[in-house]
Amino acid sequence: MNSSNSDFLKTLGIYLFGQAKKFSLRFKKAPTMKELMMVYYSEAKSAKLTGKKVAWITSGGPVEPLIAMDIIPIYPENHGAMIGASKMGAGLCEKAEAMGYSNDLCSYARSDIACATVNGGPIGGLPRPDMLVCCNNICGTVLKWYEVQARYFNVPLFILDTPFCHTGYSEEAARYVRAQIDEYILFIEETCKKKYDFERLRQVGHLSYEGQQLWQAVLDTAAHRPAPMSAFDAFYHLALIVTLRGTKEAVNYYQQLLSTMKDRVARGISVVPNEKYRLLWDNIPIWPRTRWLSQKFASHNACLVADTYTSAWCGAMKYIDESKFLDSMAEAYTRIYLNIGVDEMAKMVIEMIDKYDVDGFVLHSNRSCKPYSFGQLDIQRIVEKERGIPCLMIEADMVDDRSFSESQISTRIDAFMEIIKERKKI
Amino acid sequence: MRTAGIDIGSITAKAAIVEDGKILGTKIIFTGYNAEAAGLKVYEDLLSESGLTTSSVSKIVSTGYGRNSVKFSDKTFTEIMAHAAGAYFLNSKIRTIIDIGGQDSKAMALDERGKVKNFVMNDKCAAGTGRFLEVMARALEVNLDEFGAMSLQSKQPSKISSLCTVFAESEVISLIARGEKRQDIIAGIHESIAARVSSMLARVGVSEPVMITGGVARNAGVVDALTRKLGVKIAVSSYAQVNGAIGAAVLASSL
Repeated sequence: MNSSNSDFLKTLGIYLFGQAKKFSLRFKKAPTMKELMMVYYSEAKSAKLTGKKVAWITSGGPVEPLIAMDIIPIYPENHGAMIGASKMGAGLCEKAEAMGYSNDLCSYARSDIACATVNGGPIGGLPRPDMLVCCNNICGTVLKWYEVQARYFNVPLFILDTPFCHTGYSEEAARYVRAQIDEYILFIEETCKKKYDFERLRQVGHLSYEGQQLWQAVLDTAAHRPAPMSAFDAFYHLALIVTLRGTKEAVNYYQQLLSTMKDRVARGISVVPNEKYRLLWDNIPIWPRTRWLSQKFASHNACLVADTYTSAWCGAMKYIDESKFLDSMAEAYTRIYLNIGVDEMAKMVIEMIDKYDVDGFVLHSNRSCKPYSFGQLDIQRIVEKERGIPCLMIEADMVDDRSFSESQISTRIDAFMEIIKERKKI
Repeated sequence: MRTAGIDIGSITAKAAIVEDGKILGTKIIFTGYNAEAAGLKVYEDLLSESGLTTSSVSKIVSTGYGRNSVKFSDKTFTEIMAHAAGAYFLNSKIRTIIDIGGQDSKAMALDERGKVKNFVMNDKCAAGTGRFLEVMARALEVNLDEFGAMSLQSKQPSKISSLCTVFAESEVISLIARGEKRQDIIAGIHESIAARVSSMLARVGVSEPVMITGGVARNAGVVDALTRKLGVKIAVSSYAQVNGAIGAAVLASSL
């Protein structure tokens, strides 16, 4: 059998598996995250068979215009998180370094670039893209990263440039981003060779907004004492608001999750058995070490009740106006947490400290993510000054576990908890 | 009440016995590869040297990297708490501690009750620690104990720009090749440590009086470079290296 035949059969197998799974989920009350992700990736991997287009998009990119045109969005960053969580990060990073990429480069970028060439990682690589959509509201690395991938796959790339918003959102910025949204729509029409469906976009926009509201409501339940869920749970449940934002599946999932959390609150069930101390987490999770960290904090009766990361997918919701979805979407995507000034970020952190009533602030200085880590020391100082709670900075990386020093981080967390316990005694 | 503290560091294991505000004895040995055995040995050696028995000690606290390997301790504390307690015990006025040990360095800010307000530790990198100095001593073929006195003779410290131990070692080797004087190179190494530690101190804020603890406090050259860099007087106790163990013993007395 030649290789194109075997590729076809493999894709067909993936497709049939996905369809069977989807069919079986119809009769189930609430599909699990794992099942939904399985269907999502198998649909994407068999897109060629079904004639659907696949777009790779950055985590903070406007996905709604793609979903409205039945394009399957794929998130290399979500894939990076999966690589990190399956502890395959160091190997793929080494591969990228052997290709000539510096180890100072973002580990999501390194593992994605390496993975594309070997179809490795936990799901055997991502489905081949038909187009790439890159929004630089999260960082500057994505520009070069997506250019590299556009060359590698030889597919069109759309870049949405969102100016940095130190404080407000200027008239000029609004016009500039809004004009690019029109170009984005044209790009989609040209790539799909189809007229854009604005009515469908209205529906997707509504679902996206509803999904974000539900996600915020889920996160809000952790304001309850004891918290029914922790940031570690949020890291897990986050996947759908990232990948399936704007779909009914995401809305259904978070409705179900919200009712589970509300039920836990009503019954006083806490995620950390003897929750005594409540902490706030900053930056992307250390994916290969989430379990270790969660157990470490729990051993001190400490619960990470909130984080600045998972709330980023609903943090700019306040700018969305459903009646003017495209205009307000432009603003919401431009004013996300990583694209605003340090003072604005600190303000949001302090709001979270008050809302979730936390005793300490843990900052992950992430070797990979420069825009997230730059300014952390200033935010720490502002928090210390404004709220006087202990702050802890730990140096690690979101995917590359070669940057994790267990005994050092363990000592720091122990000492940090000793300080918090001492304070709470008074 | 008689209590003991065991501090298992990456290079040395320390023990101290304290009774009613007095230090009865201290002991330092190399940790080696077996932290658990080192903890037991340093404690037993100290007991026999001080003519004490196990039963005469009421509580034991262990600290340091190997704190969890000390199976016979009643409780563990991190070295951050232990150094704060030790420094407060030796001089209750101390508000800032610089601790430079074998594999890490830290800066701690204390309140008026000797409690830790804030601390900063070096990152994963071992530059600016005791291990860093050991590597440099090997490259320079100088006994580490002579480092302090030699660097004090330097009139023109060499420039060591690299923050990484490995790169700094090759930098030192190229300085040797260039014929720079040993004392100047050593003084340069000490200045690079001082620069690194002071940026950590700046994060917690320096408030006087300042004390230096940990094995590297024995190096007069590092203390001198730090004093000049920070522009403050730095107290060095003769117990600097065993300060963590003393602090652990002090913490044991309040269990």
